[in-house]
Amino acid sequence: MRAAGERLYGTTDLPVLLPPGERLLRRASRERTDGVPRLTLKAWHGAVIAAVVLLAAAAAQAQGAAEARPGVLTALWKWVPLLVEGFLFNIAISFLGMGIGTALGTVLGVMQISLLPPVRAGSWIVTQFFRNAPWLVLLFFCMFLLPFEFRVMGFVVPFPDWVKATLGLSLPVMANVSEIVRGAVQSIPSGQWEAAESLAFSRRQTLVQIILPQCIKRMLPPWMNLYAILTMATVLASVVGVSEVMTLTQRVLSAESRPELLVPFYGFVLLLFFMYCYPIARFTHKLELRYVVKL
Amino acid sequence: MEDFFQWFRWLYDETGINLTILYDSFDRERMVRGFFNTIYLSLICLALSVVIGLVGAWLQGSPLKWTRRIVQGYIQLFRNTPPLVQMYFFFFALGSLMPRMENEYGIMEPVLSNWHWAIISLSFFAGAFNVEIFRSGIEAVPRSTVEAAESLGYTRLKTYIYVVLPLAFRVCLPALNNNLVNLVKTTTLAYAIAVPEMLYVANQIWSDSVNVPEMMTFLLLAYVVLVGLLVHVMNRWERAMRLPGYGV
Repeated sequence: MRAAGERLYGTTDLPVLLPPGERLLRRASRERTDGVPRLTLKAWHGAVIAAVVLLAAAAAQAQGAAEARPGVLTALWKWVPLLVEGFLFNIAISFLGMGIGTALGTVLGVMQISLLPPVRAGSWIVTQFFRNAPWLVLLFFCMFLLPFEFRVMGFVVPFPDWVKATLGLSLPVMANVSEIVRGAVQSIPSGQWEAAESLAFSRRQTLVQIILPQCIKRMLPPWMNLYAILTMATVLASVVGVSEVMTLTQRVLSAESRPELLVPFYGFVLLLFFMYCYPIARFTHKLELRYVVKL
Repeated sequence: MEDFFQWFRWLYDETGINLTILYDSFDRERMVRGFFNTIYLSLICLALSVVIGLVGAWLQGSPLKWTRRIVQGYIQLFRNTPPLVQMYFFFFALGSLMPRMENEYGIMEPVLSNWHWAIISLSFFAGAFNVEIFRSGIEAVPRSTVEAAESLGYTRLKTYIYVVLPLAFRVCLPALNNNLVNLVKTTTLAYAIAVPEMLYVANQIWSDSVNVPEMMTFLLLAYVVLVGLLVHVMNRWERAMRLPGYGV
């Protein structure tokens, strides 16, 4: 299976191929470690979405005016608080999912570089398992197999849908974070390990005080990209019936039962996601550039 | 064979592990069909996305500024939006605009079914990545190599077929490989528009026989094995096709 940090590209003096090929291979090997493609959001994307929403709203307005219905923007305005609330719910799911996924994934990633072969093999299998499973299947798995409440010492702990969905989304995040951690640790030059060893650092001390702090800088861009992808993936929860922004939009649209509102409403949701993910994607790109220069 | 299947009926009676997909021939056929539908969907989308990638890469080399911009816009749009939203957009927004036709039973139905929309949306999704991949692969082949081929009397077409494309393909393979694995995982989204692939069929079966844990475990294992096998085979192929002196 695919190994992280496996170098797909190299340097050669032979004038075989030009830089675009080198760039492509570097991107492929980065995507292999990240597990997800890198987002390339630009400001003009937002401008295009906003333009589409406004144009569709204007078209719907003209259609509605002919049939003497209330204006599109009035209808949108009426539902904005609900939709924004739904979107905040998505953000909450993504925060929680990322937190759980990162905590578990870091442990799993460190286990992948353990010196004990069984620990290494076990964590590798777990990582590959959850990396290869489609996100939607993992989501279904958690939705249907976890109970809706737990009984702990007489107390009934409720376990609502959205918690199960969060856990379902955090599983693939865990596996991807695990690979990111392993890739970052392996990308640290072996000289660092050797220098620490010559200074009589124990393995644990080397990891905690020397290797992992250097890894954080390398892990930050792929980790943030993963977060942006997770945020976009929270709409998958609508397939299993969690009341997040997509589900709410569908309900609002069926309550209004005006087909001309379809494009403005979905466009508005897209715009919400763009406004949230764009700064993250920009920041990821900036961090990555800074990192490339320093290396 | 039948004895083997009947053993699972015995397993159900003894332990309560209800694998209807093995002992019940109706469920078994459904599941097999679902499995092949997933493979079929992946293969068709793979072929179409390669075609989209080639056409897009060719259009991106066009001297017209607006052609290049439109292709760029397409790539950016499909790279940065969730594939589920793309599928909903194709099926519900574009699908509702399509004309309806009478089928052989005299019922009005849309010209393009959910199958078609799943294929279209997944192909465009994977194709957006392919355009960039092919473009970089072709650009990686130096002008001097093409000139060398020309000086050996190759025509323009033959230069492409025998020199440029084989080199470009080898450069593209790792990135294409990532994209293919991603595509197979994304086919599960066709569930959302009721295409009978593996996830949808599994859902039907567990609704009928109330064996959610068994089906869910089977489904997860099936996908992990399918994707794991694909990754393994593609990595082997990739290693065999590695350009000597180029990759390390």
